[in-house]
Amino acid sequence: MSAAAPKNDLYFDCRDSFAATIEALAEADPRIVTVVSDSVGSSKLGGFREKFPERMVNVGIAEQTLVAVGAGLANGGKVPFVSAASCFLTARALEQVKADIVYSNVNVKLIGQSSGVAYGELGPTHHSIEDLAWLRVLNDLVLIVPADPWQTEQAIRAAAAMDGPVFVRVSRMPVPALERAEARFEIGKAETLVEGTDAAIIANGTMVHRAVAAATTLAAEGLSVRVVNMATVNPLDEAAILDAAGTGAIVTVEEHSVRGGLGGAVAEVVTANDPVPMRIMGFPGFLPTGSASWLMERFGLTEAGIAEAVRQTVARKK
Amino acid sequence: MVYEARQGHPGGDFSAADILATLYFGVLRHDPETPDDPGRDRFVMSKGHCTGAFYAVLAAAGYFPEADLKTYMEPLSMLNGHPNRNYLPGVETNTGPLGHGLPVAVGIAIAGQMDKADYRTFVLTGDGELQEGSNWEAALTAGHRGLENLTLIVDRNRLQQGARTEDTASLDPLDDKWRAFGWHVEMVDGHDPAQLLAVLSAPARGRGKPLCVIANTYKGKGVSFMHDNVVWHHGVPNKEQYEQAMAELVR
Repeated sequence: MSAAAPKNDLYFDCRDSFAATIEALAEADPRIVTVVSDSVGSSKLGGFREKFPERMVNVGIAEQTLVAVGAGLANGGKVPFVSAASCFLTARALEQVKADIVYSNVNVKLIGQSSGVAYGELGPTHHSIEDLAWLRVLNDLVLIVPADPWQTEQAIRAAAAMDGPVFVRVSRMPVPALERAEARFEIGKAETLVEGTDAAIIANGTMVHRAVAAATTLAAEGLSVRVVNMATVNPLDEAAILDAAGTGAIVTVEEHSVRGGLGGAVAEVVTANDPVPMRIMGFPGFLPTGSASWLMERFGLTEAGIAEAVRQTVARKK
Repeated sequence: MVYEARQGHPGGDFSAADILATLYFGVLRHDPETPDDPGRDRFVMSKGHCTGAFYAVLAAAGYFPEADLKTYMEPLSMLNGHPNRNYLPGVETNTGPLGHGLPVAVGIAIAGQMDKADYRTFVLTGDGELQEGSNWEAALTAGHRGLENLTLIVDRNRLQQGARTEDTASLDPLDDKWRAFGWHVEMVDGHDPAQLLAVLSAPARGRGKPLCVIANTYKGKGVSFMHDNVVWHHGVPNKEQYEQAMAELVR
């Protein structure tokens, strides 16, 4: 078992980590408030509401006001955490995110819950596989996609500690706690979970533990594959990407569309600097009906699918 | 400014001018020397396209030198076509797309309500802008929370970019709409500073409701050929028109 394999068979919902962290932060910092759009339960903020009923603003089912009220609360000296399902928070309120939060440069933290295909069978209206694409062009918005409970806590703490707009993409898909040689989180810094020299997998969020498992499989075949957890999509760790390009082959994996997300971000850096064969793994577009795990199987976002993509990309090396 | 920049929105500038002047010189508790004072009254300019009037009033109030007005919309000017708080002191939030000011102002008022602070939050919207649904989301929350520290002023000039509001997507009865959302409503002549002053400086505490002031105005007020004329939503005067307008405005 590699150093970065899951510690045990326990799987976690990162929303629990978000909720525990925001409660702890709010105890220490009276400026912290939460803003929801009838999204208390789906954000796991019931505990926060019990402890700090006066510090939660529920605007009802109204995402434009949800985000704008966050901007207003920041103007009044609060540190608002605006939390709702990522599909609605980012798409319905995109202009508020652009104008009221990012262009106005206010200290608001946006928490996109149940991102990716977590709402599997509910269909493409409820999937959030476009959020990174339409947020990534807002270059002053920090984007973090944590991979496990520990990193979710670190991301929320880092968001609270910095002055400026941040989006944290939280999943409800169960993930294991990753094992790390050095547990350190810094916005804009990728972490290498598995060292390797023949190829590199760059992943984030729910795909990271699958990438680690794929690297383990490939190691048994004699392929030395690096796994880079690129939790921050903006600002991007370009040095880590160029190092990865040094292996001669890159596979990116994300629970997101193949257009405009992590893969696109990595490709922009690779093509401008040191072109190597690449494969971008993710979802092609609107998806058929199916559970989240079925969709991941169907589109190859599994240990076996990632391993096969690496083999094919290594075969294209010059 | 509009004449020199060769672009702008003079019609809406003139309909809002008396409202802005009354706010900055008679109502708002503010100090241009300390634009970030946490206790300041907030003014949110939701009709962000009317920077011609907004910047003129901010400069007159002392937020930046009046000489800078000459740079309006020039390359690298801090006086962008729509206001930017990161360039300019006294701007609370960046506006431009319509229907953004009121929801942000509701957030500011909630912060004030949480802190039991005594500052007030004012927001000026156009009337055509009320066709944006975001305003009505925000109106619900403001009414629900009884945000008595919040005042909305509607610049009711009855003209939007392309036609009369009532010929486009009618707003009347506008007062009833706000009452139905839980607001207290006052109707005034938006070109009468005394009427504006009376409703805007009346004590807010104890009202228990947000206040909506419907200010009846004329687009292009003060300039005969612009008066109530939809063409001047974003028209630019030629030299002759400019000179005539300046002569009429001085009177």
